[in-house]
Amino acid sequence: MNIVVCVKYVPDAQAGRGFEADHTTDRQGVDGLLSELDEYPVEEALKLAEATEGTVTVLTMGPEDAADAIKRALQMGADQGVHVCDDAIAGSDAVATSLVLAEAIRKVGDIDLVLTGLASTDGSMSVVPAMLAERLGVPQVTFASELSVEEGTVRIRRDSDVASETIEARLPAVVSVTDVINEPRYPSFKGIMAAKKKPVETWTLADLGVDASQVGLDAAWTTVESVEARPPREQGEVVTDEGQGGQALAEFLASRKFV
Amino acid sequence: MSEVLVLVDHVEGAVRKSTAELLTAARRLGEPSAVLVAAPEHADAARESLGRYGAEKVYRVEAPEVREHLVAPLVDVFANLVERTGAAAVLLPSDPDGNEVAGRLAVRTGSGVITDAVDVQPAEDGAGVRTVQSVFAGSYTVTSLVNRGTPVVTLKPNSVPVEEAGGEAAVVEEAVDVSIPEESLAARIVQRSEKQQTGRPGLTEAAIVVSGGRGTGGDFGPVEQLADALGAAVGASRAAVDAGWYPHAYQVGQTGASVSPQLYVAAGISGAIQHRAGMQTSKTIVAVNKDAEAPIFELVDFGVVGDLFTVLPQAAEEIQRRKG
Repeated sequence: MNIVVCVKYVPDAQAGRGFEADHTTDRQGVDGLLSELDEYPVEEALKLAEATEGTVTVLTMGPEDAADAIKRALQMGADQGVHVCDDAIAGSDAVATSLVLAEAIRKVGDIDLVLTGLASTDGSMSVVPAMLAERLGVPQVTFASELSVEEGTVRIRRDSDVASETIEARLPAVVSVTDVINEPRYPSFKGIMAAKKKPVETWTLADLGVDASQVGLDAAWTTVESVEARPPREQGEVVTDEGQGGQALAEFLASRKFV
Repeated sequence: MSEVLVLVDHVEGAVRKSTAELLTAARRLGEPSAVLVAAPEHADAARESLGRYGAEKVYRVEAPEVREHLVAPLVDVFANLVERTGAAAVLLPSDPDGNEVAGRLAVRTGSGVITDAVDVQPAEDGAGVRTVQSVFAGSYTVTSLVNRGTPVVTLKPNSVPVEEAGGEAAVVEEAVDVSIPEESLAARIVQRSEKQQTGRPGLTEAAIVVSGGRGTGGDFGPVEQLADALGAAVGASRAAVDAGWYPHAYQVGQTGASVSPQLYVAAGISGAIQHRAGMQTSKTIVAVNKDAEAPIFELVDFGVVGDLFTVLPQAAEEIQRRKG
């Protein structure tokens, strides 16, 4: 089966993250990497492809540096990469992102399954899978903690704090997976060497037939008016337990009317 | 005034608090219309509480395929209602299904969408809505204007204080009969097993959350004891979940639930950025940790440097004593 994994190159959460003057995420001044949460769909795709002799295409859109995210997935074992890179894309919102990804997936063609992570570690809206499915006219099932494919049907398990659900959907489908679904492999030395020879195509918006006016900051369907750093929380009282720590805690909670 | 469509979240007709919050917020934007997907025998109970929180109209959706299939049929229902009513906005709960309905509906209707908002207000001259989101682990606040199409917003639980509408206006009820195309029936729940009932409130909607981390060493007894004394939900850090000490469904943080309760108690949790992402917007934060240097103490309103195995039980007993 043919699988596309959508991945994102994100600012490292351990480094300082911030915004540009136009309220877009600062993607220039910080170190980036393959979003940690996107290693799980890559791993899941590799397992499925190994079992079915399928191919895994890793797809990203983003600035030139985003090629690093593809490289990492190829080192893990993906077969080929597609990088949609176009200056007009900068500042795109989720709606425009889903448009570009959908057109890229159509151009890859003949796809059984599209896998994504549960969220990006920067924007973290978790809406792109649903938007992508809407544009492709296919079902989406999300937050999979287990995944299996059988005879044109994908079956997942989704857990919440009240229930565990088994969900089935017809292929092709868009599926997002959580970080409990597997243990992503580290690239082996062999994998790193092999990745250098794997094909990566770089497409522009023109290659996808997407008009530049449909994407980017100016095309966004919502307008960010202001971005404010949240004032750091002021540290309150910290006491050291010398036998009465629990009492002091209860006293504090009572003073704030939580008891 | 235009209608504002609100998706009702309920369990067999018992309307959840998050829906009361959505209706309270919807009253700022227009006339709330509740969209209720329920079996006929549950509709009456739901209608009464919907009216109490300001629903002027209830659109009752009885088609079983909407209940039995995921997301897509609901998008068909909302797209139909948006077109028919010229609604001013659509408000949905910020959970996986709500966010997915929002995403699909926005693309289908050509509308701006904001998910996981913590506030929503009308924009000037009724031109759309203004939302507030908390991003980058709660370290930034983003204000956005949504004025394209019919703004679609999902609102996080505990973001809006619930207010009853007052007044005794009768709720108008209308059955909605939308034909659901075959392609919307491609995903469905084939099996559902309820988790064992803990008797505790749900993690994302609880007013108080008590969470345990690495410092529990795998024993959540003291965490649960304090949670029960406070009537709180129990959460867990990623370290505790990865160690297999508590189920993943209770994980708080970037890759788990994002909570913003009135009170958050972190016990034996160091406060790594991944954890902060899921709890930093809590109103009051309390921590108990052996390590005085733990970064969680930077966030607290009150902290105890000490052993959670003595501090938590002592606090729980004192709370029980005060409650009498």
